[in-house]
Amino acid sequence: MNRFRDTGHLLRFAALFFIAFAVFLVIRHFVVPKTFGEYGHYRGAAIAEIAARPVHFAGHQTCETCHADVLAIKAPGKHANVNCEACHGPLAKHADDPSITPPKLDTAVLCIRCHAASAAKPKGFPQVDAEQHAGGIPCETCHQPHNPAIAGGTK
Amino acid sequence: MLPAAAIAWKYVLAGTPEESPNYKMSDHWWSMLIDIPKCIGCGNCVRACAAENDVPEGHFRTWVERYHVTDYDMTNPEVISPDGGKEGFPAVQEDAGKYFFVPKMCNHCADSPCTQVCPVGATFVTPDGVVLVDQTYCLGCAYCVQACPYGCRYIHPEKRVADKCTLCYHRINKGLTTACVENCPTGARQLCDLKNPNDPIHAFLKTHHVQVLKPQMATGAKVFYNELDGSVR
Repeated sequence: MNRFRDTGHLLRFAALFFIAFAVFLVIRHFVVPKTFGEYGHYRGAAIAEIAARPVHFAGHQTCETCHADVLAIKAPGKHANVNCEACHGPLAKHADDPSITPPKLDTAVLCIRCHAASAAKPKGFPQVDAEQHAGGIPCETCHQPHNPAIAGGTK
Repeated sequence: MLPAAAIAWKYVLAGTPEESPNYKMSDHWWSMLIDIPKCIGCGNCVRACAAENDVPEGHFRTWVERYHVTDYDMTNPEVISPDGGKEGFPAVQEDAGKYFFVPKMCNHCADSPCTQVCPVGATFVTPDGVVLVDQTYCLGCAYCVQACPYGCRYIHPEKRVADKCTLCYHRINKGLTTACVENCPTGARQLCDLKNPNDPIHAFLKTHHVQVLKPQMATGAKVFYNELDGSVR
């Protein structure tokens, strides 16, 4: 006597289940990105995409490859460790193509950003009340920005 | 690509081209040191970050807060951050109480609450310890914005996806430092690599009073603050 005589309905159900599972696998293959799970529960390729974003600040190492003369002026002064682009702004475009000239800087605005007197600043940091100190004369009249001590020479 | 080339060239000139940066994620574990006594509140970091990363107006990946702690109310400091400190701070004449500046940014937590709540795996900690957002995958549900105990995330007003500090990932993997560190005139910020045994951070952490923000939240924050005042929240 065939004990599996009435199992047709079970086989049909199993076939249906496998078809659904196969459809799930096919959809999953197309929907889940290739690199998902490469490093963890995220799309691994995202790391490389973020790493490829454009650089705007070239970095002082880049500036120093051409502007060694300025580096020599800065080295003995108080501004030796202030990187070029902290004042000159983002210049990666200039570094890529030196014919693109950086914008002219206004020392009246630039110096005050750091050196405006305020009781909130650390006490050891050199601060001036620009109006009292120079009466509106541009800073670079007396101070060479790359080596700002008066002994460092005027521009 | 020039900045990366310039750095590689330095090693070529020194006769050791094999030491030029060839980035391997497993060799790094990035963090940041912020030296409070050195910060002058000039806002250079905030401007640099905005220029480097096209940060939308009115949102900040890094910002500077000025604390004013008075003798009679140590637990309720007055905190200001006009436009994130982007254009500096109003001058102070009188010297009552204590003033100091606290630059803030993503803490790139090792156990970050923001990555744990993302329902789609759009935000994650990279193998080198940087918390990033996959903006092509993000739904913009802002769960992570709520989850960050430091308030370091925002929804990008045009892209409608989560945005945050990437620790200038596109720079550090080329051997450059972050835009905020590059532009800090007083060296109040330092990028540190905890996996590099020669990084000065190790000696610094041994010999200074260094804290992280909200240690009670057990986020594994990796932005270290030197001489942080107890009133900072």
